[in-house]
Amino acid sequence: MMGGKAEISDDASFIDRHIIDSTGFLELISFVEQSFDIQISDDEMVPENLDSLNNIERFVQKKRAAGISPER
Amino acid sequence: MVEQLFGPGVLALDCAAETARISQWLVDNVGRLGRRGVVIAISGGIDSSVCAALAARAFGRPRVLGLLLPERDSSSAAASLGRKVAEKVGIDYLVEDIAPALDAIGCYRRRDAAIRVLFPDYGSDWKSKIVIASGMGGKIHYFKLVVQAPDGTVHEKRLPAKEYLEIVAATSFKQRVRKTLEYFHADRLNYAVIGTPNRLEYDQGFFVKNGDGSADVKPIAHLYKTQVYALARHLEIPEEICSARPTTDTYSMAQSQDEFYFALPYEKMDLALWAHNHNVPSAELAPHIGVDMDQAQAVYADIESKRRTTAYLHMPPVLVESVRKVR
Repeated sequence: MMGGKAEISDDASFIDRHIIDSTGFLELISFVEQSFDIQISDDEMVPENLDSLNNIERFVQKKRAAGISPER
Repeated sequence: MVEQLFGPGVLALDCAAETARISQWLVDNVGRLGRRGVVIAISGGIDSSVCAALAARAFGRPRVLGLLLPERDSSSAAASLGRKVAEKVGIDYLVEDIAPALDAIGCYRRRDAAIRVLFPDYGSDWKSKIVIASGMGGKIHYFKLVVQAPDGTVHEKRLPAKEYLEIVAATSFKQRVRKTLEYFHADRLNYAVIGTPNRLEYDQGFFVKNGDGSADVKPIAHLYKTQVYALARHLEIPEEICSARPTTDTYSMAQSQDEFYFALPYEKMDLALWAHNHNVPSAELAPHIGVDMDQAQAVYADIESKRRTTAYLHMPPVLVESVRKVR
């Protein structure tokens, strides 16, 4: 995340609120993959999965429930 | 007053008048900098070719030095095109191979080490490039590393942040070493250095800070790429340069600018940028670039996003407080 320490709500869009840039998304994806031991496929790189804290939580839960990590 | 209708015609340029205007501007502003002439690095691409021609018109052969600065990954065509341009526009030039300097500073070694994290077999006889990709809807961008083995087989993998940044940082040595040489020659001759970004590159931050982004004068930074091509034809730049698609000339595999950085080919990006700069509604832009209204809106959003992301590239060093009498 760039800049100051402002609080963000769990449903705030990272894109619309300019919270993270394209390099930030790369870092976010690496962080989520490593932290939750999942692999994110190219098809899953969409705002519905990654563009807010709530979306990430839902996505990670779904991935872990499915228990499979697609090959990249 | 008749309002101008939006369309490709908005980028029409009076090339003769613009050539005269920029040539005079170069003479005035290089003089203001206290320099006697200009150094121009010639890549064999359209932008540096046009800048070389403008410099030649402004200063004449005795006060322009062209530099051809190939390295290990430069295309073989680039050097011969560079020579052709220098000879056509009538300037003297030097050729300096920067590969030994890049080798010594670790450009290739550092880049290849990052590539081998994804492709352990990657060797010095392989080729590579980075391409931009985006998820469905085009809102989240990411990068893929594409490699080509000596047997011609091509493989690709999505780049994690660490390796992406490492590869870009290593390849940026190329632009920075080139600029170091440009300033060496400029200093010894008391010349100024010409920077060659067009408006699309300048506006969208498609340059390396302290690399190709560094210069004393940037004579075509106000011109859309379409206009640079028009000027090239007016200045009688060799046809193979005028008809070539823009490349980055940075990676060992051929890489177009729109597969690495821009969302659309330059003709469409130019129109989108002009439209955005002139508050043309996305619905009006859409048919001209072959997309629907939502996609045109996404192009506008991408333009703004790149401006925000690359604003730091344009910024001078930040001081705690202004130092008076120094501008």
